[in-house]
Amino acid sequence: MAGTDTEKKPVLEMVQADGADEGCVTFVLHEEDHTLGNSLRYMITKNPEVEFCGYSITHPSESKINFRIQTRGGLPATEPLRKGLNELTDVCKHVLHTFEAQVKDFREQQGEAME
Amino acid sequence: MAVPMSNVDEIRDRVILGEFGVKNVHSTNFPGNYPGYDDTWDLGKFKKNFRLDVVHMDENTLEFDMVGIDAAIANAFRRILLAEVPTMAVEKVFIYNNTSIIQDEILAHRLGLVPIKADPRLFEYRNTGDEEGTEIDTIHLQLKIKCTRNPRASKDASDPKELYLNHMVYSRDMKWVPIGNQADVFADANIGPVHGDILLAQLRPGQELDIVMHCVKGIGKDHAKFSPVATASYRLLPEITLLKTIEGEKAERLKRCFSPGVIELEDVDGKQVAKVVNSRLDTCSREVLRHDDLKSLVKLGRVRDHFLFSVESTGILPPDVLFSEAVNVLIAKCQKFLTELDSVNEME
Repeated sequence: MAGTDTEKKPVLEMVQADGADEGCVTFVLHEEDHTLGNSLRYMITKNPEVEFCGYSITHPSESKINFRIQTRGGLPATEPLRKGLNELTDVCKHVLHTFEAQVKDFREQQGEAME
Repeated sequence: MAVPMSNVDEIRDRVILGEFGVKNVHSTNFPGNYPGYDDTWDLGKFKKNFRLDVVHMDENTLEFDMVGIDAAIANAFRRILLAEVPTMAVEKVFIYNNTSIIQDEILAHRLGLVPIKADPRLFEYRNTGDEEGTEIDTIHLQLKIKCTRNPRASKDASDPKELYLNHMVYSRDMKWVPIGNQADVFADANIGPVHGDILLAQLRPGQELDIVMHCVKGIGKDHAKFSPVATASYRLLPEITLLKTIEGEKAERLKRCFSPGVIELEDVDGKQVAKVVNSRLDTCSREVLRHDDLKSLVKLGRVRDHFLFSVESTGILPPDVLFSEAVNVLIAKCQKFLTELDSVNEME
């Protein structure tokens, strides 16, 4: 498990109930809040192999979230998490490219209007 | 009149503003929720539907439309703009002398809130426990000013502006003191306060300030002074549907229920007929629902995936750079957990 050494702050932990299979996992995301929690929850809920996905903020003064994933058919919960993170990255990249292209276009149009 | 929508599509794609509440607030387009709809994530579909149009952009403000994305992700961008895009701000204030009437701690707080023009991308975060700082993570500013009587003031002058010199201390009096190689590296950067006319303190003859400030890189989550935006917000595109033809006095009254420019009257066969011209100007006041004879004739809603985004920069970075940075922050978060996930798997 990550973050068991005392020097480094933990980033990601996996918590499982006794006897639960690897399809039912609560991930503890340290130093995160609704920003990543809700957007990642959206991406993972879009995955039909996921039965349940939700998150909660443990306490306002603790900067971590409990991120729960339950999958169908015994699929390890790390798979939808990895897929969700990858898909969210793709979305961000597409938004970034579109945004930068549109800003460039807008600047060029404004430049033309000035002339 | 708009093309009628099926009930299911309305629930999926519109937020309905009713007389006594808001309906269909949450996104429900998840797999398994609607028979006949494929709501599985599809990047190709997303790319096809996603649209982004810049509406207005100048030095410090940016307005754009972002269409075809869920509120969860749009909200992540907004939250990151407010709290997680880094800037440089005054963090440590060394007060060698302060004989003004404004207390040290109040003055220090005021200095902290002054936006500092310095590109945060060219600096590093200061390590925890590091009290000194180096040229790569710290900017030094100095504020050294003393108020004196104006020897050239006329005898019967009563205006402080004429009587005293330096009695108003402005942010422009904060002078950058380059350390290490900063004088060469940032020769053209013109580091200092974004606005020179922020009043910091008022002095009287004999009072003086002698202060050195250390600026460090930080994020708005830690302290609001690091927030790079004055505000960053979005709203959903309003949609107004007229269910029946509205004419004459009713049309005139309907027009006055909305913000100017939303509804205009058109001349059709000698009758004044109401028409929705520009729904994005509406403030969604729902005034029309207070008129018993009009409320059944209109449908008020908002388009769930059409965001009217607005970003106002504090002037440290241009607003378009801020938004790009915000998206990059979210990408970095994802990458951080992906590498962490890989290292967890390796250990097991």
